[in-house]
Amino acid sequence: LLSFLTEKSNLAGVRHILLVLSGKGGVGKSTISTELALSLRHSGKKVGILDVDLCGPSIPRMFRVQDNDVHQCDSGWVPVFVDQDKSISLMSIGFLLEKPDDAVVWRGPKKNALIKQFIADVAWGDLDFLIVDTPPGTSDEHISTVEALRPYKPLGAILVTTPQAVSVGDVRRELTFCKKTGLRVLGIVENMSGFVCPHCSECTNIFSKGGGEELAKHAGVPFLGCVPLDPQLSQSLEEGRDFIQEFPKSSAFPALAHIAQQILDGISQQSY
Amino acid sequence: AAALQLSLSVAECPGTSSAQAGRAAACQGCPNQRLCAGGAAAAPDPGEAAELREWLRAVKHAVLVLSGKGGVGKSTFSAILAHGLAADEAKQVALLDIDICGPSIPKMMGLEGEQVHQSGSGWSPVYVEENLGVMSVGFLLSSPDDAVIWRGPKKNGLIKQFLRDVDWGEIDYLIVDTPPGTSDEHLSVVQYLSAAHLDGAVIITTPQEVSLQDVRKEINFCHKVKLPVIGVVENMSGFICPKCKNESQIFPPTTGGAEKMCQNLNVSLLGKVPLDPQIGKSCDKGQSFLAEAPESPATLSYKSIIQRIQEYCDQHQFQEEKII
Repeated sequence: LLSFLTEKSNLAGVRHILLVLSGKGGVGKSTISTELALSLRHSGKKVGILDVDLCGPSIPRMFRVQDNDVHQCDSGWVPVFVDQDKSISLMSIGFLLEKPDDAVVWRGPKKNALIKQFIADVAWGDLDFLIVDTPPGTSDEHISTVEALRPYKPLGAILVTTPQAVSVGDVRRELTFCKKTGLRVLGIVENMSGFVCPHCSECTNIFSKGGGEELAKHAGVPFLGCVPLDPQLSQSLEEGRDFIQEFPKSSAFPALAHIAQQILDGISQQSY
Repeated sequence: AAALQLSLSVAECPGTSSAQAGRAAACQGCPNQRLCAGGAAAAPDPGEAAELREWLRAVKHAVLVLSGKGGVGKSTFSAILAHGLAADEAKQVALLDIDICGPSIPKMMGLEGEQVHQSGSGWSPVYVEENLGVMSVGFLLSSPDDAVIWRGPKKNGLIKQFLRDVDWGEIDYLIVDTPPGTSDEHLSVVQYLSAAHLDGAVIITTPQEVSLQDVRKEINFCHKVKLPVIGVVENMSGFICPKCKNESQIFPPTTGGAEKMCQNLNVSLLGKVPLDPQIGKSCDKGQSFLAEAPESPATLSYKSIIQRIQEYCDQHQFQEEKII
C-alpha cells in the first residue's frame, strides 16, 4: 500500500509542459514542435515531444526514427530516444502501427482512451520541457489532452498560423478554445511568412503576410515572430535532420531560434 | 522486452448503429464497448434513414474531397471545383462543408457573415450563384471567434442534419469538403452517403513525404470503406519566381511526389497545380480564382483536373445506366 501511495506520476519529473496548437491544418505545428525541441536541446535542455495527432502522426519521421518501436518498462512505456545523447525523446502513435500506411480510423472515444494512456503511461523521466504536438481543430484530441494535463499545470500554448485570412480565421477559434479551457497563450507564430527566391532574392508573399501579427495584436497575446518559407527547412524535415545544428545560415533559422529564446526568457523572468 | 504494438487493431469502429457495434475486434478496449454491445447506442430511426435515402437518391453525383493531411488545399480545391462545375448554368451544384471545427468554405466563397434561414421545407442553403448553393457550420456561428468545441458524436449529429434538413433541391453535383484525418466526420459522411451515387473521392496532397505519408493512410481508408478513388491532385507543386522565372521546390518531392505514390498505389494522378500567390488572395477575398486569374498556369491545371473529374462522373453514370 505504501509503495502505491508514494508512486510518482510519470509526469512528475517534467518541469514545463507546453502545447502547440492551431485551429488550422498544415500551418506547421509539427514543424514548430520539432524545431523548438531542437533549439531547446541546443540550449542544453532535455526535451520530450508527445504527438497526439492520431490520424496523421508527423513527428517520428521529422527525427528519422519512424521505424523505431516502443518498449515497456516497470513504470510504463519507454519513449523513443532520438539519439545516443537521450536529450530528445518522443511518443507517437506512429511508433505503434504495424505498417506505416495503416489508417487509424477511430471515432472519438477510442482516440480519447489512447490519449489518456499517452499522458499517464509514458515514462518520460526528468525533462525540462514536454512539448505536446496536436492535430488541427478543437475536438476530442484537444479536449482530452487539456483535461488530462490539467493536474500538471501546463505552461501554456503556442499557436501557429500562416499569414492568410483563411488560416487566421481558424486560429481565432483556437484562441477561444484556450480561453474556455483556461490555457495560457504563450504567443502566436506566423509561419510560411514570405518566400525569398534563392536565385534572385525577390521576396514573394505566397500565403500573404501579416495576418498572424495582426491577430496577436487584436487578441492581446505575444507575437513570437514570422518564420519564412525555407526549402532547406522542408528538406531537413523530410530527411529527419537537425536543422538547428546543420543549417544556421538558412533563412528560417533566426526566427526559429528566436521563438525558443522567448520561451526560455519568459520562464527565467517568471513572466509565466 | 517485446516491442509494444497497438493491442487495438487499426480496424475501424464499426459504427454505433451497426449490427457489429460493441462486438467487433476493434471494439476491445473502447470505452463505449458495453454501451454499444447492449444496443444502447443510437439505433437509426427507420423513418429518418428513409428520408435521408430519398433525397440522396436524387443527387446525380457526389464527390468527397479528402486528404489525410491538413493544409494541402482541400477547401481551396472544393471551392474551385464548385465554381468550375457551376460554370455550366444548366447544372445545379451543392457544396457541403463538413469541417465542423475549421469551416473555411464561407470565407472562400465570399459568404462570410451569411446566416442560414429556416422554412417549412427545411434549412436553406446559402447561394453564391443561382445554381451554386453552400452549407457550412460557419453560417451557424454568430461571431468569427466562436469555437465549436465538440466531441465526435455531436459533430456526427450536425453532419446528419446537414444532409437531412437542408432543402437542397435537385442536385447534379454534391461536393463534400472534409477536415483532415480519418475519423468521425469521414466515417459518418461515408455511411450517410451510402444511399447516394457516391462517385468517389478526390484526394489532395502536396509533394513532400510528410504529406504523402498521411495521404497513403487516407487512400487505405477509402479502400477499407469501399470508396472509389477518382484520383489524386498534387497541390503546391513547385513555385515559379515572378521576377526571375526560376522554379523552386518549396515542398520538395523527396520520395517522388504524388506521381510515384499514385504509381505504387495504382490510383490516377489527376494533375499537379503550382503555387500561385493569387490563389491564397482569391480565397481570402472570397473570389473565384478561375475568374480572377484565367491565364495562370494553376488555372489551366485546375481546369484540366475538373474536366477529368467530370468525365469520370459521366462514365460512371453511363455505366450505371447501361446496367439498368
